[in-house]
Amino acid sequence: MTQLPGLLDTEAIRKDFPILDRVVHDGQRLVYLDNAATSQKPRQVLDVLNDYYERSNANVHRGVHVLAEEATALYEGARDKVAAFINAPSRDEVIFTKNASESLNLVANMLGWADEPYRVDQDTEIVITEMEHHSNIVPWQLLSQRTGAKLKWFGLTDDGRLDLSEIEQIITEKTKVVSFVLVSNILGTVNPVEAIVRRAQDVGALVVIDASQAAPHMLLDVQALQADFVAFTGHKMCGPTGIGVLWGRQELLEDLPPFLGGGEMIETVSMHSSTYAPAPHKFEAGTPPIAQAVGLGAAVDYLTSIGMDNIARHEHALTHYAVGRLLEVPDLRIIGPTTAEERGATISFTLGDIHPHDVGQVLDEQGIAVRVGHHCARPVCLRYGIPATTRASFYLYSTPAEVDALVEGLEHVRNFFG
Amino acid sequence: MKLDSMYQDVILDHYKNPHGRGLRNGDAEVHHVNPTCGDEITLRVRLDGDTIKDVSYEGQGCSISQASASVLNELLVGKELTEARRIQETFLELMQSKGKAEPDDAMEEVLEDAIAFAGVSKYPARVKCALLSWMAWKDATAQALGETAGGKTA
Repeated sequence: MTQLPGLLDTEAIRKDFPILDRVVHDGQRLVYLDNAATSQKPRQVLDVLNDYYERSNANVHRGVHVLAEEATALYEGARDKVAAFINAPSRDEVIFTKNASESLNLVANMLGWADEPYRVDQDTEIVITEMEHHSNIVPWQLLSQRTGAKLKWFGLTDDGRLDLSEIEQIITEKTKVVSFVLVSNILGTVNPVEAIVRRAQDVGALVVIDASQAAPHMLLDVQALQADFVAFTGHKMCGPTGIGVLWGRQELLEDLPPFLGGGEMIETVSMHSSTYAPAPHKFEAGTPPIAQAVGLGAAVDYLTSIGMDNIARHEHALTHYAVGRLLEVPDLRIIGPTTAEERGATISFTLGDIHPHDVGQVLDEQGIAVRVGHHCARPVCLRYGIPATTRASFYLYSTPAEVDALVEGLEHVRNFFG
Repeated sequence: MKLDSMYQDVILDHYKNPHGRGLRNGDAEVHHVNPTCGDEITLRVRLDGDTIKDVSYEGQGCSISQASASVLNELLVGKELTEARRIQETFLELMQSKGKAEPDDAMEEVLEDAIAFAGVSKYPARVKCALLSWMAWKDATAQALGETAGGKTA
């Protein structure tokens, strides 16, 4: 078995994930390499979800009975855990949403309804990048269309990095908000936060970071990032689906208007007008995803017990190995950085003229789960002149043997369509 | 191996040597996409009264979507519209059968090479690939007949 420096004890870790023992297609051991789409869930998270529903289920922030108090304590306890996980200065800066898309839409809509000095209008500009997930493109296109603000973006270099050579022409005095992905979900690129944040701060623009592919894989410190908003989702980091996070700086959350109105987010309501609860509740209208938040809290505990630095080291070693092995496959072209430096454990590639759908189908027959398509980042495919890619993405339980299985599987694909 | 039921030799042959590929003159043109995977097809239909004179297409996509367009061209060009619609409906029925259809002689007679797609119907994620060109053809034909609003091309 291949031994690489920095690897986690995957034999022990894999015992926490019952699904990884699954056998598919009449006897193939599952090789799950679709972690950028969603991660698997450890027993520790599944047990907490089950316990919550079996013992403590109630609605939160209302009712004086024991279950309501327990549910509220668990839900708000999850907020404390997430706040600590991302080094937020205050727990009140952590807003629970249903996913990262909702988090990003929430920011765009806070700004869409804001007064000066945050107002986005026809005299202002919004900056994104060409490597964004659709969830960090479309909300800004909508905001731009509704306000008349100009939408601008950073292009990409041939080797899958952001092209920052014209940063001063792209981020200008007119820029109100700069929103970009920390780790690309298709290219795997880790973006240079500091250079972008510095320029944005120079012109007084707000910075929004999509950390969906970062939070599961590396230490995420919102204070070190110096951003104004950071969005991520729970299901990619061992948590359940249906729970996302928006972190925002406290003074911004105080100043900016709510988006969704309803229960939970108010202070007083009359038929003429209402006043709002303080953040984060101001942005959490209606019954929140309670069990899901509690599950995310358990996921954060699980990841912390292993150590985010250890997870990052494991994935770096695995990425280094995987890039090397994949480049041995004839006709394989990696779309994105071809080294493990400043890149995450998500590797997209094309294989000669064989369409990714066909690649994925033949891999699936061997029990290997990858993602195929444009990965909700169609502009990236257009940029590199390809219709789609095959994407393998690793996580803390992935092993060098699974990389080997992928490479062998690709040989089989080539033979099948050769 | 189960995979062979999807990737029949007939399908792989059409994929490697597509019939009638390339855009030629038409009475109507449509562009259809499969938003989940990025498969695309541009398809033109040329009619002469009730007869299909040509179905020309250009696109990108997986072997299933490309082979399906090739089979469509082979099957429909030269047919009367009534007959072509019957073939399209039979193909649709086969593809929506979730692998449960037992193609009989009558169906095989209607579908000819397209019967090879029976195995694809077991794979829900791939049914849309197989249907892409057929839906485009249906749309383009309706436009050519002036049944729906849509741009005509020379």
